[in-house]
Amino acid sequence: MCSYIVEKAKLLGSAKGPSGWMRIDTANVYYDHPFHAPLDHALGIDFISEADGGRERVAVELSAASARELAAKILAALATGEVEHGKAARHAPAPVPAE
Amino acid sequence: MTYESMLAETVAFRGHKGDVGEAYYARPLGGGPWPGIVLIHHMPGWDEWIKEATRKLAHHGLATIAPHLYFREGPGSPDDVGARVRAAGGVADEQVLGDVAGSMEFLRAQPYANGRVGVIGFCSGGRHTYLAACSLDGIDAAVDCWGGNVIVDDPKQLNAKRPVAPIDLTAKLRCPLLGLFGNDDENPNRDQVNRTEAVLKKLGKTYEFHRYDGAGHAFFNAARPAYRPEQALDGWNKVFAFFRKHLATAAAARAA
Repeated sequence: MCSYIVEKAKLLGSAKGPSGWMRIDTANVYYDHPFHAPLDHALGIDFISEADGGRERVAVELSAASARELAAKILAALATGEVEHGKAARHAPAPVPAE
Repeated sequence: MTYESMLAETVAFRGHKGDVGEAYYARPLGGGPWPGIVLIHHMPGWDEWIKEATRKLAHHGLATIAPHLYFREGPGSPDDVGARVRAAGGVADEQVLGDVAGSMEFLRAQPYANGRVGVIGFCSGGRHTYLAACSLDGIDAAVDCWGGNVIVDDPKQLNAKRPVAPIDLTAKLRCPLLGLFGNDDENPNRDQVNRTEAVLKKLGKTYEFHRYDGAGHAFFNAARPAYRPEQALDGWNKVFAFFRKHLATAAAARAA
């Protein structure tokens, strides 16, 4: 809805984009008109590295139902993964907040 | 048989503060003279549909320029550039107005221009159109297609980039305004459209509002499920008739 509302999640990780792997520190998350997905509104996520200027991104545009399914599966995968690899997951380094 | 032709290409234009950016420009070939149109793109950016709409207006005898309002965040593909702009909270109204004014200068500088200029915008560009029609000299007709946030009910939505609710500038509206809206739209919703019309009426402005049942936001956009062919066809015809009435000399007659 042309809202300009963006939720920012601070991350520690990597993403693979057109130029190969890059570190990422931020996900810009929004629900608005998509650029590519054939939907009126989509949940968009742009994975970027603000520390590196944020000019490259790995992007997804998902339907609202897909996004909820993905969010549930992320939590489910973490839950089962932590059972299998509990110590490793719990001792993973915490995201470093951006300056 | 009538010979039809147009030229559609990327051009450079001088926008806000003299910054030089890119624009998509489509115009009928032949002698003219042609009215000019500034097409203000929607929030997702300078995408394929915006370029289609630019060519459609040219097909109807209107030399149309669609400035890439996000060019300062380039280089890059329009979607990546648009993502950067979104993350930065959008573009400033003042900058958009400067880019629209620069686009108008581009149009009037063409040898085949008839000197009259209209503005049309979609979605956030509809809001920008309303703003431009209330702020810039030299606009002869304006078309707001479902521009949201013309009325700002929550003052927290105002910020340094968007400091004023366009509705509060309505007294300064200086050209005829056409508004097209879907009755199922949530931004602007029916109540907001009604309130906008009430202000226009109270201030004695020249306007036409058309509301469409069975349509929501962006119902012209054939790339989205929101597309409503019947309402879009009627809406486009209203756009062409409005521009013919307020801008045309002999233009637009060709494809009518």
